This record gives sequence, C-alpha cells and structure tokens, in this order.
Amino acid sequence: MAKLYSRTPRRERVDENLVPKEETIKFLLAYSSALSVINYKSKKFDLVLN
Amino acid sequence: MKYSMNSDALLVSAYVSGDESALGELIARHKDRIYRFIYSKVYDRDVTEDIFQDTFVKVINTLKRGNYNEEGKFLPWVMRIAHNLVIDYFRKNNRMPKFESNDDFNIFSVLSDGDLNAERSMIKDQVEKDVQRLIEELPKDQKEVLIMRIYKDMSFKEISEQTGVSINTALGRMRYALINLRKVIDRHQIVLTN
Repeated sequence: MAKLYSRTPRRERVDENLVPKEETIKFLLAYSSALSVINYKSKKFDLVLN
Repeated sequence: MKYSMNSDALLVSAYVSGDESALGELIARHKDRIYRFIYSKVYDRDVTEDIFQDTFVKVINTLKRGNYNEEGKFLPWVMRIAHNLVIDYFRKNNRMPKFESNDDFNIFSVLSDGDLNAERSMIKDQVEKDVQRLIEELPKDQKEVLIMRIYKDMSFKEISEQTGVSINTALGRMRYALINLRKVIDRHQIVLTN
C-alpha cells in the first residue's frame, strides 16, 4: 500500500513542551538518597531508608 | 559541585562514588528527551510518567549496585531501558484486554465464550450451502479436484494418483476451479462472510 507522505510522522507529533512532572523527579532523587546497597560476602543487599 | 560541563561518564562515576547531586544533573540533562521518547510510543501521559519513573529506578538500582559498565554511553543505555519497559507495557496490556469505560458498559463485550451465537451459526450454515451450490456449477474435472483437496483434505499427489492425471494438471484444475468460483461470486455479487 502506498505511504501517506502528507501526514506528519508520529515522532514529530509529540509536543515539544512535554516534560516529566516535578514530583516524579523529586521522588527519584529521594529514592536515590534513601537507597543503599550493602555488600556482604559476595551478596548485595538493598536498603531503603524511609 | 557544578557539573554542567562534565561528560555523562564523569557524572556517572561521581554518582557511583556517592555524589547524589550528580544524579540530579544526569536526570536534568536527559529527562525531556527520554520522556518524549516514551510518550511517542505510548501516547498516554500517565503511562509515560510511570515508565519514566521505572526507567530511572532501574538506572539508580543498577548504578548503585555497581553493575553499570557502559561508560560514555549513558543516554543510549537509559533509552534502551525505557524501550524495554515500553515493550513490557504493551505485552502486559495485550494480555489483559481493555474495554472502553462509557456509561452503557456491556460486560458481554469483554466476556465471550468464543462460540458462534445462534444468528452467526445460521449464517455460517447458509454460507456453506451457498458455497456447495457454487461448486456444483463447476466443470466436472475441476469440481472433483476441489472436493478432494478442500473437503477430503487430500494432497495433490494423492489427487493425481486417484484421478490418473499429473500433479501439475491437478494443480491447474484447482487453480481454475478457484478462479471460476471467484468469477461466479463476483458476477452475482454473492456475500460469503460471517
């Protein structure tokens, strides 16, 4: 079937102003700060502080 | 520490060494591109937000565990994680059929036993009878090959042995049988669908 070249490619239809929410970024930074990985006898343990 | 001039590899290295602010810089640098990449696949803000968050949770876990070894290729690595999570999302979504949540929701649009209902069963019977009538109109040699192939499920080798013609002749008769059936269906505008 012939391609429809008149249509804007899907990729270009994504709004340039789309950005992640501030709270998502804050969550990620808080999660990172709270996460510790402890190495014990060749094993790794995740520790998440509240 | 001011990181804006540093490469991703240096930031990753600083983060792995315990500098939490390096992660903030990495996210700030690439968040928009990764977010739009995810959105361009799923076209849903909430789903994009979830996948974006899961992507960076994976990034954080991998870096903190010291399992990252692609220095200098931070962004392609994160994009690959995001891409895999998008694929996971679509796979999971296909397994759980979605339905439109409108006011006149009908549970039977979601639940189906897969069997034909009475109406469809009648239509199916009618279509089969119509096809049989059309086959009766075919020349004898074509009708014979078509019945052996479709209704008796015989191979063309078996058909050629039983009718005493070559395989190529049997194939040719089958071909002409189908062409003739299509012609009759088109000419009389017969609808053979269920």
